[in-house]
Amino acid sequence: MKRICSPEEAVRNIHDGASVMIGGFMCCGQPLRLVDALLAKGSKDLTVICNDAGYPDRGVGKLIVAGRVKTLIASHIGLNTVAGTKMGSGELAVELVPQGTLAERIRCGGAGLGGVLTPTGLGTEVEKGKRTVKMQDATFLLEAPLRADFALIKANITDYYGNSFVAKSAKNFNAVMATAARHTIVETDELVDAGSLDPERVVIPGVFINDIVAGGSHG
Amino acid sequence: MAEDPKRARIAKRIAREFPDGALVNLGIGLPTLVADYLPKDKTVLLHSENGFIGLGPQAEKGQEDPDLVNAGGRPVTLVPGGCYFDSAASFVIIRGGHVDVTVLGALEVDEEGNLANYMIPGKMVPGMGGAMDLVVGAKKVIIAMEHVSKSGQPKILSKCTLPLTARREVDLIVTDMAVIRVTRSGLVLEEIAEDTTVEEVVSKTAAHLHLSPKITEF
Repeated sequence: MKRICSPEEAVRNIHDGASVMIGGFMCCGQPLRLVDALLAKGSKDLTVICNDAGYPDRGVGKLIVAGRVKTLIASHIGLNTVAGTKMGSGELAVELVPQGTLAERIRCGGAGLGGVLTPTGLGTEVEKGKRTVKMQDATFLLEAPLRADFALIKANITDYYGNSFVAKSAKNFNAVMATAARHTIVETDELVDAGSLDPERVVIPGVFINDIVAGGSHG
Repeated sequence: MAEDPKRARIAKRIAREFPDGALVNLGIGLPTLVADYLPKDKTVLLHSENGFIGLGPQAEKGQEDPDLVNAGGRPVTLVPGGCYFDSAASFVIIRGGHVDVTVLGALEVDEEGNLANYMIPGKMVPGMGGAMDLVVGAKKVIIAMEHVSKSGQPKILSKCTLPLTARREVDLIVTDMAVIRVTRSGLVLEEIAEDTTVEEVVSKTAAHLHLSPKITEF
C-alpha cells in the first residue's frame, strides 16, 4: 500500500538542490497542485526535467519565474518568455533536448539502461561534446540516461496500490517519468479502491508510485 | 478570419502530396493550415507528437477537454480511428520511421537539404521541441514557408547560416512562389505559382536552381 498524503506532505522532502521530473505537456497532464505545493515550500536550486517551460503563470513556469530552478532540462521554452530572459541573463541554465531524445533518455534511466543511441541531433548543436557510435552501418549519437530524485506526475484515476489511469494526451511524459525517479508522487483526480480500476486500463503500474495525492485539478 | 491567399496556396499544394492512408505530422504555424485542405477522397491521419494519432479540428467552445490538446497546447478533438499513447511511444512512431510525411516551417533551407528552423542565436532560442526527431524520422520532409523573409531576404540558400535542425533531410520545399525538390544533384525547380515567373523565382533564391525540363504552374 502506498502513502496517501496532502500535496504539502508529499513535497516535504524535496530539498534544495534536488532534481525533479515534472510530467505534462504545455500544462496538459501536469500535477499543478504538487507544483504549487513545491512553490509554497520554497525549495530552491532545483534541477527540473520537464518537456517545456510552460507558461509564466501556470504550473512549472511559476517555479522558473520565482527563481527556484537552477537548471532546466526541456525540449521547448518558447511560450514562457521569462525562461528565455533568465536563460539570457545566465540566471537559469537550460539544456535543450530534442523531445524524442528527452523521452527516451528518461525511459532509459527508468529501465536501468546505460544510454540511448539516436540519429536525432547528428550534425547539429546537440551533437557537441557527445560521442558518436557506429552501429550496423549507421552513425548514432550517444545520449546519457536521465534519472531524478523525485518525479511529480498526474493521473486521472489511481487505486490504493498506485495503479494509475492517465487519459488521452495527458499521458505524455507522466508514464516514463514515473519510472525514472527515486521517489515518485502521483497527483490523481480520483482515488479508488483496489479492484475498482480495470487492470486493462492501467497506464502506470503502481510499482513505480510511492506517494498518492488525491483530488487533482485540471489546469 | 480570411486566410492569407499566399499561405493558403502553400497549404493547398502540400495537401496534394499525401498518399492515401498516410500518417502525417504538421508543425505549428503555417504547416497547421494544411489540415484545412486534406484531400476528401483519401484517408489521411494526423499525428500529434504529444501523444495521439487522429488529430481533429479544434474543440468547440464549451466542449474543450483539458486532457486533449495539440502540440501547441490548444484543445482539440480526436477523429474516429484515432488512438492515444505516451511520449516515448509517440517518438517511437516518429523516430522509428512510421510517420509518412512531416510538414515543417523553416528559417533557412539549403542546396543539400539542410534545415534551420529552431533558433536564431542571441535572438530566439525557443528550443527544438519535436522538430529534430521529426525531420530525422519521417519518411518524407516537406518544408512549408514563404519564399522570402519578412524583410525580403531569400530563405533558400546555397548553405544555411543558422544552427541546423538536421542535415540532408529535406525532400520538398513548397513556398508561395515555387515547388522545389531537393535531389542529390541539388535543388530542382518543378513548379511555379500562377502569379510569378521562373526569372522572379530564381532572383529571389540564393541557391543554384536546376530548372526542370517541364515547369508547371500551381
